Amino acid sequence: MELFLIFIGAVFVNNFVLVRFLGTCPFMGVSKQVETAMGMGAATTFVMVVTAAVTWVLQWFVLEPFGLPFLQTPVFILVIAAMVQLVEMFLHKTIPNLYRALGIYLPLITTNCAVLGFSLIAAQEAYSFVEAVVFGLGAGIGFTLALMLMAGMREELRFADVPEPLMPTGIAFILAGLLSLAFSGFAGLV
Amino acid sequence: MSITLISLISMGAVGAVLAAGLVVASKKLAVETDPTADEIEAVLPGANCGGCGYAGCRAFAEALAGRKAPVDGCPVGGAKVAALVARILGMEPVEGATRKVAQVLCKGGRAEAKLLAEWEGPRDCRIAQNTQNGSFKGCSYGCLGLGTCVAACPFDAMYMDENGLPVVIEDKCTGCGMCVKACPRNIIVLAEEPQGVHIRCRSLALGKDVRVVCTVGCIACRRCEKECPVNAITVEDNLARIAYDKCINCRKCVAVCPMNTIEYQEGKPVLKKLRAS
Repeated sequence: MELFLIFIGAVFVNNFVLVRFLGTCPFMGVSKQVETAMGMGAATTFVMVVTAAVTWVLQWFVLEPFGLPFLQTPVFILVIAAMVQLVEMFLHKTIPNLYRALGIYLPLITTNCAVLGFSLIAAQEAYSFVEAVVFGLGAGIGFTLALMLMAGMREELRFADVPEPLMPTGIAFILAGLLSLAFSGFAGLV
Repeated sequence: MSITLISLISMGAVGAVLAAGLVVASKKLAVETDPTADEIEAVLPGANCGGCGYAGCRAFAEALAGRKAPVDGCPVGGAKVAALVARILGMEPVEGATRKVAQVLCKGGRAEAKLLAEWEGPRDCRIAQNTQNGSFKGCSYGCLGLGTCVAACPFDAMYMDENGLPVVIEDKCTGCGMCVKACPRNIIVLAEEPQGVHIRCRSLALGKDVRVVCTVGCIACRRCEKECPVNAITVEDNLARIAYDKCINCRKCVAVCPMNTIEYQEGKPVLKKLRAS
């Protein structure tokens, strides 16, 4: 039950993009097509889950015992960067089309604050290993959900009569605000 | 042990483990890219305009590396890029390839060609043409003047003048042909850059009908056809047409044209050599 609540909390109640406002760069950048948004979400989710596991091990078996919690941020960034490299190579090899579609946003997962933010929160909340991984999965799925919702809406924009000065980015910001407002309705659920 | 040392050792260890993992991964997941394609991509303009007909510069470079595309296929890079690509592919550079620029074949702006109504719809010629046949303009062949070609130009090489006609800035034009595709009335063509004489009309209407709607349209009087020393001009379907591969920029047609439809661009010299006759 505890795990389920952590998961739901990360996906809806404290959605990293729409409630915590982390990782908004790819949220605006890669949300033009549902397909690429899903690819981006999947890549970020993978990075988050693996990072959750690796940073947990480092936090409780390296940083804490040796009294080095001040190294948390650089170590986590190092892990994230390595994981992103791995995902990049993997995608380039297996799904070159997605690799091309994601473009610069794929290496930019390294500096995606949602990834760093969630691993710092996981360490701060002193989650157990399983809890941290579930939290990572939830954060990733929440990120994917936000991206795909946004992409779906932006695809439909083609048929909408949007005032000229708001095209193409202004209206996207307005959409993001409305989406965030909608997600605030989940507050207090968990 | 000092905290500094512990930090150094633990950070170093973490870094080394991750690096080792990445080394293994990069060996296992190595993607073979064609080095020739990489090299070609480096010399292409990189605008990804699609003028070559491929999805982007990378796709064109891959096609070139596979010898599936012509070396001078990039209209933006022109002769310079073609020569570089040819060198990479170990071929002789192409001789005599020149730059192409866009030419607008209509002179009927607001002052010369009558507008029957004011277009209040979206500022897009394609919409005007597809919904109303562009009937707000008296001439059903001439420029609608809504600037779709200007919007399509990826190189900022066009603008609309106050008379409502698009103007090509030839120094900036790369000949990518985006405006040619964008124009619903097919008014824009690509011509080799030294070409200086242009018949700026596309109207197939009878001469007397042209006179009603435009003061600078071709009325098919055939004077230019008779005057041309190299038989580069032929009148067909009520319109004089010029064969750019024959024209020598002698300007005799410009002098006799009663409607001033034929135009000579200053600064483009008479081509001395008679080309294929």
